[in-house]
Amino acid sequence: MEYKIADYKTEVHNDWCAGCGDFGILNSIQMALYDLQILPHEAVIFSGIGCSGKTPHFINTFGIHTLHGRVLPFAQGAKLANPKLKIIAVGGDGDGLGIGSGHFVNAGRRNIDITYIIYNNGVYGLTKGQASPTLKLGMKTKSLPQPNVNESINPIALACISGFTFIARGYSYDVRYLKEIIKKGIMHSGLSFIDILQPCPTYNDINTKEWYQSFTIDENNPKVRIPKIYKLEDEGYNGLVTNNDEASAKIMAAIDKANEWEDRIPVGIFYENNTVPTFEDRLQTRINNYPDYPPAVQNIMDDEGNPNTNIDRLIDELKAVKKG
Amino acid sequence: MLISRESISWVIGGPQGSGVDSASHIFLKSIAMSGLNVFGKREYHSNIKGEHSYFSVRFSNQIVRSHVDDIDILATFDAETIIRHSPFLVKGGTLIYDPDVFTKRIEEIHTLDRSSISRLSQILDKNKKEFSFRGLFEELKERNIMLIELPYFQLIKEFSEQIQDTSLSKLARITNVMSLAASWAVLKFNTAIMKHGIEDTFVNKPKISEINVKAALFTYDYVKRNFKDLTDRYFNLLDTKSENSKHFIIAQGNQTSPLGKIVAGCRFQTYYPITPATDDSEYLESNQILEQSDEKNGSVVVIQSEDEISAVTMAIGAALTGVRACTTTSGPGFSLMSEALGWAGINEVPLLVSLYQRAGPSTGLPTRQEQGDLLFSINTGHGEFPRIVYASGDIEESFYDTIRVFNYAEIFQTPVIHLLDKYLSNSIITCAPFNYKGLRIERGRLLKTSASKKNDNDIRFKRFKMGMGPVSDRAPLGMEGTIFWNTGDEHDEFGHITEDPTTRILMMEKRMSKLEYILAKIPKDEQIAIEYENNSGSEPKKLVIIISWGSTKGAILDSLERLSDERQDVQFIFIQIKLLNPFPGKLLQEIIDNKIGLIKSNYKKFSDKEVTSIVVEMNYLSQLDILIKQNTTINSDYRILKYNGRPISYPEIYQSLKEILNNNSKERVVLNNGV
Repeated sequence: MEYKIADYKTEVHNDWCAGCGDFGILNSIQMALYDLQILPHEAVIFSGIGCSGKTPHFINTFGIHTLHGRVLPFAQGAKLANPKLKIIAVGGDGDGLGIGSGHFVNAGRRNIDITYIIYNNGVYGLTKGQASPTLKLGMKTKSLPQPNVNESINPIALACISGFTFIARGYSYDVRYLKEIIKKGIMHSGLSFIDILQPCPTYNDINTKEWYQSFTIDENNPKVRIPKIYKLEDEGYNGLVTNNDEASAKIMAAIDKANEWEDRIPVGIFYENNTVPTFEDRLQTRINNYPDYPPAVQNIMDDEGNPNTNIDRLIDELKAVKKG
Repeated sequence: MLISRESISWVIGGPQGSGVDSASHIFLKSIAMSGLNVFGKREYHSNIKGEHSYFSVRFSNQIVRSHVDDIDILATFDAETIIRHSPFLVKGGTLIYDPDVFTKRIEEIHTLDRSSISRLSQILDKNKKEFSFRGLFEELKERNIMLIELPYFQLIKEFSEQIQDTSLSKLARITNVMSLAASWAVLKFNTAIMKHGIEDTFVNKPKISEINVKAALFTYDYVKRNFKDLTDRYFNLLDTKSENSKHFIIAQGNQTSPLGKIVAGCRFQTYYPITPATDDSEYLESNQILEQSDEKNGSVVVIQSEDEISAVTMAIGAALTGVRACTTTSGPGFSLMSEALGWAGINEVPLLVSLYQRAGPSTGLPTRQEQGDLLFSINTGHGEFPRIVYASGDIEESFYDTIRVFNYAEIFQTPVIHLLDKYLSNSIITCAPFNYKGLRIERGRLLKTSASKKNDNDIRFKRFKMGMGPVSDRAPLGMEGTIFWNTGDEHDEFGHITEDPTTRILMMEKRMSKLEYILAKIPKDEQIAIEYENNSGSEPKKLVIIISWGSTKGAILDSLERLSDERQDVQFIFIQIKLLNPFPGKLLQEIIDNKIGLIKSNYKKFSDKEVTSIVVEMNYLSQLDILIKQNTTINSDYRILKYNGRPISYPEIYQSLKEILNNNSKERVVLNNGV
């Protein structure tokens, strides 16, 4: 049976603010799942806390709305116990890069096959607009009593040095393009990170929709308007690693691109490396039948309800006097 | 002279990293191979190399369940161990030592602690000896201690000439085996078993094994030749051993619970390194490929996470897929898990936490014993949610309890905290092999297949369905027809967020009613174990009720066995509370009322005044006593407590109980033995 896009939606009332960038992300995720024909019961959306945390409730797949900052370990635990699940983890920039930054970095070391999406709007929306880790130094959004006193984190650059193997950025109002990025992230085998620029119409009055969609005028040709947001591939950038020797140079190039801001903001795939073994591959070197017989599907009892694990060998090892 | 006790206590000590641990394992193994019962206990500092550590082995032809403070044989190769432990040598005991210590000044041993120095100086002052090794040895001679001098360096030299291997630095590593061999010589232990014990330890290293065996025989012979007055004082005990115990296993506390996890079907465990919990995960990971009775291989995935928050949330994520999942930690790590525990509570996730307690607060005494986390584990996390807190009393039962706690987690769909501790984790016993094949695995309302395949709103799966009692059907992530949601917010039957006051009441009541349900469903003898009860047959002068929990069990049982022989006029009952949350107050009250009622009906003159109740535990507040007062009308008369980081020994309990029986005790008894 073919699934329709409506099959990926729930009837739960959506209480995000009108004009919120989250809507574009939600639609993109639903469309990506539909396009890829991932069946609703095969997918799990994990989320952190905040406005973005409500995402799973609007999607008709398994939905696990976790704790503030902990979406990645929840999602990784589920994936390792059942690698057959398609897992998408979503959360805000405060959730993933503030309270959860330790998990962000350490997830990179593992390269588990999940897709992690950050809704990046520079503010803590649900607690009424405090500065998030991605808000630039000196910015004073309307709800801040003083300009932001912290330097900002660059999520793309952090993902690059943490070991993520698919690193991309999208913009929440370009749903068509964003959907394609998310699809690529889901299809990538390994840990994908997608940074999504997303205006918060209520609390971030600096990085607004108008700001993101604005133009600068070409110094040499006043008739040419240069859009702030541009696609990496349109300017010949290619972040794909085809052989692991070029990984280091590609990471440096990605970080370089990630530092572009203000007048020119790139979206698209910054880095993609399919040559790094996933954590699941590494587990399989120890546990031969891991992909076919992972923890979640193992049978632990017989028909009579008794344990079906045989530990006689382990008990023999403990015997004071060994047999034979 | 005959030994005064029914068991022999042997202690080996030395700086950490000097081979104390491996020596003690060889010794313990050989003793167990000879058919004796063993209780071994490891004490060590939070340090890699240099600080003092020691291992005590108590062995007997009877069952031994705990350690003692006195020492029959003390094996040393450094000066510090003599100062710390020789005060505990029994009259006529044996000290094995390096004569090199006479070149040392006590003041120069920087790793000595205040307690050891003041203990020794008091003894030397009292006996008018100077504060030096000379004075110390004079005092030992007056106590009739057999002094076995082992000039290690010279012996190694002689040995190297004999085996024609002159690499002395390599051979220095056999010092510990030499002290062992001397101990065996003192015991007049069978050299064939000694040899066997060494070979078994180095089974994969034949060369090392061979050198160690040779060195052991060399030293054994040296002691035999040079100390002609070795008595047969230990021989009787060594000679009478049970045939049965030859089939026994040597069980370490940090292996029995993970072994239980394997049997229970735990297939996912997370941890962040912490003493004394990590050994549990290491054992699981070392044995991660499992044999199934259907010829297939199962496996446990063991993940070392970046912190304990990640450890617990990964385990919860895994549990949602239907696997039996666990995280294993100690106090500081468990503190970090508080918030996630509440998430598991509100989402009714069967999560197991193995909590190996150690002395807190904060980092506390990282490698030392305490039962200070009882109230914390009952109250961890904000808000109200049901959780089970279950404690094991000894190494053997920690295996069986682990299967129980996994069943509880799934039957009641709520987090379970399994309380263990450093004393259990780092102790070793001999016991019968685990009889596991008939144990039951109960998975509660975990769905095997879904009722519906359609994605129809009318028959949508309700993970938190009302009207079925406190526990609803649970589906693993990925099962067709059972899409559900979880959230840390309050939720409706589907698992969606709600702030509706009526739903809130219903959901709170659904979850919290599990507390009553748990007490009604778990068999009574799994909630509270009556570990000891004697019936003298004649009119008792007194009824002594001892109530405790966790690893104090062994010391209490050893004491009661002796005390009940000596005091036939007293009836004892020892009640071990295993289920600590929800607290089985009614059941406890019932057990005690019935016991008193029974005695009264048999002996009309017996009055309540002759009932003495005593709570024993290893913390400052007497946390169990607080729970008893909250949940029953029982008022304990005495509390025996200890919080110096060292486990309660059986003579300490014995002595305290005796003083209580002689009306010569304070109500609050604080014990302080232990090096």
